[in-house]
Amino acid sequence: MDWNAAWLTCKLAGATTAVLFALGLPLAVWLSRTRWRGRFLIEAAVALPLVLPPTVLGFYFLQFAGPRGLIGQTFERLTGEMLPFSFFGILLASIICNIPFAVRPFETALSAVDPSLIEASWCLGVSRWKTFWSVTAPLAWPGIVTGLVLTFAHTVGEFGVVLMVGGNIRGVTRTLSITIYDDVQSMDYARANTTAVALLLFSFVVLGITYGLNQGRARAR
Amino acid sequence: MPRIEYSLLTTQLAKWSRCLTAIAMALAFVSAGCEAKQPADSTPKATERSVVRVAAASDLKFALGDVIAAFKKDAPTIHIEPTFGASGVLFEQLTNHAPFDVFLSADITYPRKLIEQQLAVADTEFLYAYGELVLWTSKFSGIDVEKLGIQAVTDPKVRKIAIANPKTAPYGRAAEAALKSLGVYDTIQDRLVEGGNIAETAQYVESGVADVGLIALSLAVAPAMRDKGVFWIVPADAFPRLEQGGVILSDAKDSAAAEKFRAFLISPAGRQILTNFGFNLPGA
Repeated sequence: MDWNAAWLTCKLAGATTAVLFALGLPLAVWLSRTRWRGRFLIEAAVALPLVLPPTVLGFYFLQFAGPRGLIGQTFERLTGEMLPFSFFGILLASIICNIPFAVRPFETALSAVDPSLIEASWCLGVSRWKTFWSVTAPLAWPGIVTGLVLTFAHTVGEFGVVLMVGGNIRGVTRTLSITIYDDVQSMDYARANTTAVALLLFSFVVLGITYGLNQGRARAR
Repeated sequence: MPRIEYSLLTTQLAKWSRCLTAIAMALAFVSAGCEAKQPADSTPKATERSVVRVAAASDLKFALGDVIAAFKKDAPTIHIEPTFGASGVLFEQLTNHAPFDVFLSADITYPRKLIEQQLAVADTEFLYAYGELVLWTSKFSGIDVEKLGIQAVTDPKVRKIAIANPKTAPYGRAAEAALKSLGVYDTIQDRLVEGGNIAETAQYVESGVADVGLIALSLAVAPAMRDKGVFWIVPADAFPRLEQGGVILSDAKDSAAAEKFRAFLISPAGRQILTNFGFNLPGA
């Protein structure tokens, strides 16, 4: 297995998960509480990456975040770096890809929290911020952890967008799933198999933990 | 009872969420830190290790490994980092300013276009080899390509014929042209399967998902394929000559190191390795 790629993959998945925890959670809180009629549009937009082909995302990413695109030019002016074929480029693309994997479980879990508990807390004079962390989040935590775990695991398994946006550069954008593609083309099946087995076990363990967590929680109720 | 359980859970999980936040922030911090460090690492200094990123046509997948190993003995401080792909795909990435230092294309027109777009340095264009095309099949396929030549593709045992995607891979264009000029294209058109690049195409035939394939000689003679199959060399006049050319890119971080690698590739030592992989050489 390519340890350089393994570290890069962890870095990408960790950063994606961290960003989506910070940005996805407030969005999910809003979605779970709002009574706005247009909510379904935001929910549809959040779910979009689930059905969109990675090539569509990759294509628009290169259009808008490439050297001739508005986002790309702005980013380059601010940082002097390019977005495509860079770590930040694949990070940004993988954040977009993973929005539904984080926000949807967050939202489901938060919606299931009994509003009367939250209102009771407010009536007792506890601030909204503190109520969220001491009442809402503890009740919704299996869903929040599920979202984070799925995001991490899905980023580890991301292939199409990373290849299209990142281009397969060692130490920068060559993740584990791309080393498998490379190894197969080099007919190095033994190495491809080592990585594939590792990813298979990782995915199974991660999903096992997630389902175990939710099953345990359901029984406790 | 439920109340006790709930309050316990609350305190435990408040800890949990704080812990998670801390982990998340630490991760974000670490990855940001790693990014910030990178530019400093790649600043070239004569005594320091420098990295040359090479975007290379997939027909070089095995040959370039030998070239890099030999170059390492000459210039131990220069580390070559290759990425392989179809020349057309790499060209597309380079027009989007992909961070490579050297481009080794299987078709010299791509480097020339990069020079026109001022993405590559004009006087660094070089021709390093002429590519050879072969019709390859596994030893176990029972198709005698050596005897049948191009007619092997019309054999009833052949269900799938692998070629590289002609849109992006020069070897795919060569294969298509050869099939047409040898008069079999119309008969076998519906049996063609396209690999994304010539290495993927070779993998299709090596693994048996395609029965025969038109691939680069440089892949057929590589250790990974050599003992597994038989091939017939497609006559050079059946397709436009595959002029394989390279160039140093304008954005090259360490152009001195890139220039050293370019010089090695066209030196007698570099040419010898390319000859070992079946390439024809310019001026030979």
